[in-house]
Amino acid sequence: MGYRLWTLILKELQGLWRDPQGRRLLIMPLVLQLLIFPFSTTLEVKNSTLAVYNQDGGAASLELLQRLAEARAFPRVLMVHSDSALRQVIDEQQAMLAIRFPEDFSRRLASGQSAPLQAIIDGRRSNSAQIAFSYAQAIVVNYSAERLGQSGRVPTSVLTIDNLYNPNLEYRWFVLPSLVAIITTLGALIVTALSMAREREEGTFEQLLVSPLHPGLILVGKAIPGLIVSSIQGSIIALAAVFCYGVPFTGSVWLLYGSILCYGLSLVGFGLMISSVCSTQQQAFLGVFSFTVPAVVLSGYMAPVENMPVFLRVVSEADPLRHFIVIVKGLFLKGFDFGLVWPELWPLLLIALTTLSVAYVMFRRRIA
Amino acid sequence: MNWLSWRRLRALCLKESYQIVRDPSSVLIAFILPVILLFIFGFGVSLDSSRMRIGLVVEDSSADAQAFSDALFASPFIAAVRGHSRGEMIEELRAGSVRGVVVLPPDFARRLNAGAESAPVQLLTDGAEPNTANFVASYVSGAWQIWLDRRALERGGVSAPGIELLPRYWFNPSTVSRNFLVPGSIAVIMTIIGALLTSLVVAREWERGTMEALLSTPVTRAELLLSKVLPYYLLGVVSMLICVAVTVWVLDVPFRGSLGVLFVVTSLFLGSALGLGLLLSTLTRNQFNAAQAALNAAFLPATLLSGFVFEISSMPLPIQAVTYLIPARYFVSALQTLFQAGQVWPVLWRQMLFLLLSALFWLGLTALKTRRRLD
Repeated sequence: MGYRLWTLILKELQGLWRDPQGRRLLIMPLVLQLLIFPFSTTLEVKNSTLAVYNQDGGAASLELLQRLAEARAFPRVLMVHSDSALRQVIDEQQAMLAIRFPEDFSRRLASGQSAPLQAIIDGRRSNSAQIAFSYAQAIVVNYSAERLGQSGRVPTSVLTIDNLYNPNLEYRWFVLPSLVAIITTLGALIVTALSMAREREEGTFEQLLVSPLHPGLILVGKAIPGLIVSSIQGSIIALAAVFCYGVPFTGSVWLLYGSILCYGLSLVGFGLMISSVCSTQQQAFLGVFSFTVPAVVLSGYMAPVENMPVFLRVVSEADPLRHFIVIVKGLFLKGFDFGLVWPELWPLLLIALTTLSVAYVMFRRRIA
Repeated sequence: MNWLSWRRLRALCLKESYQIVRDPSSVLIAFILPVILLFIFGFGVSLDSSRMRIGLVVEDSSADAQAFSDALFASPFIAAVRGHSRGEMIEELRAGSVRGVVVLPPDFARRLNAGAESAPVQLLTDGAEPNTANFVASYVSGAWQIWLDRRALERGGVSAPGIELLPRYWFNPSTVSRNFLVPGSIAVIMTIIGALLTSLVVAREWERGTMEALLSTPVTRAELLLSKVLPYYLLGVVSMLICVAVTVWVLDVPFRGSLGVLFVVTSLFLGSALGLGLLLSTLTRNQFNAAQAALNAAFLPATLLSGFVFEISSMPLPIQAVTYLIPARYFVSALQTLFQAGQVWPVLWRQMLFLLLSALFWLGLTALKTRRRLD
């Protein structure tokens, strides 16, 4: 029996690797995503333009302006000279943040009064603009504290911020571990969902059924190549993350592979479920697509899960990617041990058990 | 006009429409998937952290430390949880159950009242979630600032830092990220309908052998192309109407532009999307390859490089250069403007011009590659 299974798995793997189209399918998206994702999927704010309307022109305003212009976040400062010009640069998205220095800014500061500055934020891009605002605020607070220091007083209180696990808040450290999870997803799903549909379309499915293999074993034979492909793709991304992009890996490699295996099982379950309801490759492809997009959106990769309404948070519990992303990020950045991995691992096992048994039942019914 | 006969075109369009209506999977993609995706993008992708769970460790039992805790608890953005020790809260941070830890050290009150010293407040954030960490920092500094101001007021002095940056939001005053994410996601949905569906149509004719039957008729190149474009264009427009209706009435996103302009912009974008899909279909003559190519050439760029979630100006220059070639980029910007700002003509003209050029390019290239030959 072991031998029969082995030959089936071998046949599947050869089928994947033999034709150039299939090979391209396994490699091209991987390379493309590895090159584009880490650079493009960023919520950081860099190279943004800051618009400034300086109605004051006094020494303090110029000094503060100088500091804003030197900040890494704002390489370009656009000076405007009227209210209508200010409105125009925001309207036309030339800048998402504008600061207005009122006429009495320097005078008020010099006389020891508090001086307000107005920041105009483009709400159309509220996230980026809020982040840009927080950079500007940090510069203003620093400058203010420094002035205070020069006049011989100390600030009442100082707030120090330490970012644990990722001291400089490198967005890439967040993207690459997530990418390990996302690419593993696509690999495993496409391989399992399409292989069965291809057999059906090409008419070789009947041949498989008349072979001495038990239906359960046919499913296992279809599942294992998916597991192999997903762990190889996952390993390539993980290696690239550590050696090309310099992301630290603080957990244990064994835990990573154990989790990839559990995650792979839950995916293979979804893949087999999709392929058992589809009769053509096109339908299977659309099925994979309809599963992957919501799975990625609800995983917490694009936006934190805790921001979602309760209903979607409950739905996202059934999303294997949501649990796996927490594990991978924990293993990379937070030095997760088994105790921390387990709370996310058992839901994965539960999902795998459910989807695999549903897929088995559907498969039996379909061939009966 | 022997290159275009209305009778033949009508017959071909009718045939194509029957094919669309008959295949349940294309109806599913055109009408059901957009609604589901809009809901998921609208509710699932929220960058507005409603209330951040933040741990608070007070190692000082003075009244001053209590005043600070009160300010933290009063913040509408923070759900503070008290912890007994720094170590315990850091473990919670590691497990992801809190997103930040505020620590008031034992000498907080002493240094606060010493005059020559500053009272230290320490904030630890979860760097594994960089975006959230930024927001945690900004919310906690907000609460900290309020505490400082209130304290200064009670003592009758001016608040210590002399300069205050007061934020004012234009267009989206309550800063609901849904208001800019949902219009952007319409661009992704239109890409799926325009490019993913059409990438299959010409290839299907080749795969099923019906292309040969078609070519044996007096049908011309223009008719063939138009009969593939028009029904899917109509499908796209109907699906756009559904998207707008769901966005405005169900998701409560304001729409400030005019429907006429929206219609023109959508038509121009559909021109590029349909053109790209048909081109891939014509070139590959294989449904599976075409779908795969459309996924990589249309869907991924529209999601990653259009600026609908991820800020284009933060990307490295070579990737920024690539985004100029992607029609979705102009469509996203036009949609965000139309929904939130209204008719800002200088922005819209530019986007419409680029969309027109790109539509002409892709449709023209498809026309060039459409041959009335079998090999």
